[in-house]
Amino acid sequence: MNSANKNQTDNLFTPWLSNSVEPLIRFENVTKKYGDFTAIDNLSLNIYEREFFSLLGPSGCGKTTLMRLLAGFEAVTSGKVFIGGVEMSNIPPNKRPVNMMFQSYALFPHMTVADNIAFGLKQERRSKKEIQRRVDEMLALVQLEAMAGRKPQQLSGGQRQRVALARSLAKKPKLLLLDEPLGALDKKLREKTQFELMNIQEELGMTFVIVTHDQEEAMTVSSRIAVMDHGQVMQVDTPDMIYEMPNSRYIADFIGDVNFIEGGFLGYKAHPAVESTETESLLTTELATDGNNETSTDVSTGTSNNLAKFTTVVHGELLANTEKALSEQDQVWLALRPEKVEISKTKPTGEYNMIQGKVWDIGYIGNTSTYHVQLFDGSIIKAQRVNRNRLNKRSITWEDDVWLYWNYDASVVLTE
Amino acid sequence: MNTRINWGRTLLIAIPFIWLLVLFLLPFLSVFKMSLSDMATARPPYVPVYDSEAGLAGLWQLITELDFENYVWLTEDDLYWRSYLSSFKIALISTFFTLLIGFPIAYGMAKTPSQWRATLVMLIILPFWTSFLIRVYAWIGILKQEGLLNNFLLYLGVIDQPLIILNTDLAVYIGIVYSYLPFMVLPLYAALEKLDYTLLEAALDLGCSKIKTFWVIIVPLVMPGIYAGCFLVFIPALGEFVIPDLLGGSSTLMIGKTLWGEFFSNRDWPVSSAVAVVLLLLLVVPIILFQKMQERELKGQS
Repeated sequence: MNSANKNQTDNLFTPWLSNSVEPLIRFENVTKKYGDFTAIDNLSLNIYEREFFSLLGPSGCGKTTLMRLLAGFEAVTSGKVFIGGVEMSNIPPNKRPVNMMFQSYALFPHMTVADNIAFGLKQERRSKKEIQRRVDEMLALVQLEAMAGRKPQQLSGGQRQRVALARSLAKKPKLLLLDEPLGALDKKLREKTQFELMNIQEELGMTFVIVTHDQEEAMTVSSRIAVMDHGQVMQVDTPDMIYEMPNSRYIADFIGDVNFIEGGFLGYKAHPAVESTETESLLTTELATDGNNETSTDVSTGTSNNLAKFTTVVHGELLANTEKALSEQDQVWLALRPEKVEISKTKPTGEYNMIQGKVWDIGYIGNTSTYHVQLFDGSIIKAQRVNRNRLNKRSITWEDDVWLYWNYDASVVLTE
Repeated sequence: MNTRINWGRTLLIAIPFIWLLVLFLLPFLSVFKMSLSDMATARPPYVPVYDSEAGLAGLWQLITELDFENYVWLTEDDLYWRSYLSSFKIALISTFFTLLIGFPIAYGMAKTPSQWRATLVMLIILPFWTSFLIRVYAWIGILKQEGLLNNFLLYLGVIDQPLIILNTDLAVYIGIVYSYLPFMVLPLYAALEKLDYTLLEAALDLGCSKIKTFWVIIVPLVMPGIYAGCFLVFIPALGEFVIPDLLGGSSTLMIGKTLWGEFFSNRDWPVSSAVAVVLLLLLVVPIILFQKMQERELKGQS
């Protein structure tokens, strides 16, 4: 695990860091094939009780298949799925301690809202009184008491979504699966509902597994996110780690906006800001400003971090903080979030990575502006600024010659 | 405001009305009038006949001679109500078996990958390429004592005496179920194809067994299709003549056959007209029910 995570206090909810906690869901080398197409490719994953776990990825990445394996609508081709320590291969969907909220809501059109919510409870042959009590409870939870007698067609999209949620929660399942639950809602309502979902999940102490392709939604609601691609989990981590410490260009690119700077590894230098007691080292890479990626070796200083001094970065040579053990001439990418890149018309003073360029375009979205800066080789680096001042006071405009600069800690060094 | 009569539109709407008037209402009135007449050895074989030379007085004369005694006769001879009842029973049982066989076919079709569905629908409609009459005749060849079925069963050794199927009620049931199966399958298929199958997953997910899901989710949701199919089979089966005549025996009692006998054998046009009018009235009830059903479905969709 990453050091940043280890530093977190113990009372935070982090069962995945513990070796003693038994996961609620365990995927063991699960493969699912449809004919020649491999939807899930030898995947192993643990999900813990009380987690709000997101499966995130582009369409066709296997996230929905993974969820349907949990619900029991699909059977694994090979591997094993455990829920609560029980192997699930012979357990049909109607016998699993799992309920699902469908993307289309799948409300029964011939039943009233109350009957829809009561449906699962009726299958358990509970007493009429108990069912009524539970239905009332659920209706209150989703604030639809007045709609109990209506049919689904008479409800708005947001109300249907609430009925679907109430129906899936009515049986108090150990595990609730949510398949793109907020996909049909407009942005405002979606954001509001995201927080409601989180509150409900916390209040009821359930485990939620949510499938989504909306990275913002995943970032907002999740305890952890699994980013998937081509039937495999690319990275499983907390939202902040996924964003700040992506393990590959795929992840960095999938979550949020990012600049990639390709280069070759030169060597380590001592961190300028701290004394040599700091174990972290710095990476020097060459920026491919002249159009080729040939590694220049003139500043190569070996792999140790015992170089005493740090010199100002010259153009074409960049420094970055990394824990990775790299060897000379390794191809690397610096992933740099636009909001971590500063932009200035004058050359900044201080110890930074700097590049010169010309403002090529400005993307204005109200609260922030993204400056697309063209470098000498024609490539574009994006820098984002918060618009604290009124737009007419903007100091940087099109065609301005600018400096882009950033701290050594701002970028992430990626090797794949 | 445009208060001028839109002749084009009026004409367009008038066409179906004229069609119904000329080809349904006028013949019906003629049959109804005939049912109030008396049998006669004449040509046409009933009295009174309207004499166009007598004018209005002749018309009045004609009306005074009409009476309902044929309808009274229908209640007096038990042949008629037994025919109605037997027709009703045969139509009802046939409809039930058509539904029983048609539902799995329609369900299987709806569950088939979409590229095959058009072909399957084609196969269901395919028998219509051949005349209905010829297909019913073909069943004689299958069902008769030395027919295909008996020969096959004898060959397999399942039976050692040929089964007597032809000229029994069983043959009538087979004929009706076979002939009207497409009318059951097509509306059922239309309803089942529209069905949202995630609803079945949702029901399973909420702990409902597969069998119960069928009854509490599928059946209520395809009910309009079930109604449509049943009425499309039941109504024509009730008045069916060809199948009981060709496949049924002398003991097979159906109103279509009774009517035919009354008309052609007894040459009692007035009584057979009365039989037809009563049959029509009996059929109006399920037809109205069917239309109510469709109206309700249309309202539900909007």
